[in-house]
Amino acid sequence: MKIVVAIKQVPDRDAQVRIAANGKWIDEADLQWAMNEPDAYALEEALLLKEKNSGEVIVVSAGPERVGSTIREALAKGADRAIHILCDDLNGQDALGVARLLAAAVKPENPDLVLSGLQSEDVGLGQTGVIVAELLGLPHATMILHVEKTDSGLKVKRELEEGWFQTIELPTPAVLTMQSGGNKLRYATLMGIKRAKTKELRTLSAAELGVEVAPTVVLAQIAAPKKQRSTQMMPGTAKEAAIALVEKLKTEAHVL
Amino acid sequence: MNILLVLEESGGKIKGVSWEALAAAQRLGPRESITAVVIGAQTETLAAQAAARPVGKVIRVEHPLLAQYTADGFAYALETLLQNQNGTKYVVFPHTYQVRDYAPALACRMSQVLIGDVVGIEEGPRFVRQLMQGRLTGSYRPSGDGPCFVSVQAGAFRPDETAAGSNSSAGRAPASITIFTPTIDAAQIRTRPGDPFRASEQTADLGSAQRIVSVGRGIKEAQNLSLVQELATALGAELAASRPICDNGWLPMERQVGSSGQTVAPKLYLAVGISGAIQHLVGMKGSQCIVAINKDPDAPIFEVADYGIVGDLFEVVPALTEAVKAAKQ
Repeated sequence: MKIVVAIKQVPDRDAQVRIAANGKWIDEADLQWAMNEPDAYALEEALLLKEKNSGEVIVVSAGPERVGSTIREALAKGADRAIHILCDDLNGQDALGVARLLAAAVKPENPDLVLSGLQSEDVGLGQTGVIVAELLGLPHATMILHVEKTDSGLKVKRELEEGWFQTIELPTPAVLTMQSGGNKLRYATLMGIKRAKTKELRTLSAAELGVEVAPTVVLAQIAAPKKQRSTQMMPGTAKEAAIALVEKLKTEAHVL
Repeated sequence: MNILLVLEESGGKIKGVSWEALAAAQRLGPRESITAVVIGAQTETLAAQAAARPVGKVIRVEHPLLAQYTADGFAYALETLLQNQNGTKYVVFPHTYQVRDYAPALACRMSQVLIGDVVGIEEGPRFVRQLMQGRLTGSYRPSGDGPCFVSVQAGAFRPDETAAGSNSSAGRAPASITIFTPTIDAAQIRTRPGDPFRASEQTADLGSAQRIVSVGRGIKEAQNLSLVQELATALGAELAASRPICDNGWLPMERQVGSSGQTVAPKLYLAVGISGAIQHLVGMKGSQCIVAINKDPDAPIFEVADYGIVGDLFEVVPALTEAVKAAKQ
């Protein structure tokens, strides 16, 4: 089974994000970066499928040079090789633009399966995988927790709302977007990290992929969110704050 | 200018979040410009529900192959409908799992991009959605000529904004209903969906709990959960969690609050170490009183909190448990 996993590098969850001076993106200086968590689950599912059915796992990621560290992490966890789509203005692209880049890189590989996380933790568009499927003319399913290879294709467990699930059967090649929590993420071993250094990492530009993109949807401005309720903050030490809070909950909110 | 409003059905009824999408559509154009769309194999009763609402027209997109939802079937049906509807400026959806599954593909076929998860509409129009797990918001501007696809997050636009304008209370006749039959071939539907099922019997009924203590990533380790369990016990509260805690298997999935778990509205919702991504907030922001404990003063959970403590939960939670016990004596 030949599997391509599309992964994205996003700001680390605990990183302090600040708005850039132009108000159109975040200030990327001194940010820590990490692999998008749903993509990490997609990678894990791909590695499990390979261990079970043999084959190859190829990671593809678009972004500037810094993305290389996340690609190395995926290789260290067990991916066989990688494609880095060098793109300095990924944030200026809409979901269709990003998907065009990914689809152009994936297509010549002719994989049996393309996986990605269901959404990114930075812009959270949650569409890239579906659009890649559309561009490649492949069937897709989203919010997948578990993938099983069958004689005729795939049997997948899809999450629905409010605690419901559904099984979907679909032929391969196919594209799936993976929900988090369906498997346990592995850590890279020392041996894996060492091996990653010798694995193939091909770099391609948008021009080399023959993709020219102009966004149809533009992120015009970013801002701090508006408060929906006014929050009373309890000052002082933990103990003082706790006592003040209990008093408020009793006498003001009447919920104790 | 025409607006297509795509309604979603569940168990023979239009889902409530569809009416929130109607409230958003009303911000984009007047009643007469809004055409509500219902999709399925038998849509008569759904169409009647839609026709009572303040919309200009209702279209029943009906075909035997649309009896069960598939991404291929729904995208193809709406694609042919859109080709039939000249001058469609906006296509508005509720932001549900189903819409997330097919609307991006539909938009792509029209060389457009869905603006998903919209929580506000500003002048322009610009469509506001969250970024960075709710730490920031972004306003998006459609460019180009094609129809603009928008999906509306639950809880952002109030459906009661539309109830007052129901056709009968306004003395209007129900909106006119027409049927559109797309030509779909069974071979175009490539996936075979099974019937929905639940993983196991639900034993935790968070929906009826008066008080809920909910825990997130900030708890760091499974063994630390006893801290929040003690607080929940002192408060007489049910213990709940945000998605990552259940993903890790630290608490069962049935205790998860949020778009993929349960929606709750207790008297008291106390969020411990939960940053407040929108997927969590949609499941709890209707709570009467919300308290947040978080080390990050900029965590989005504070945007919906009535009371907050910024600090180390490993100090604050035990202190709070003591204070609750002391207050009860």
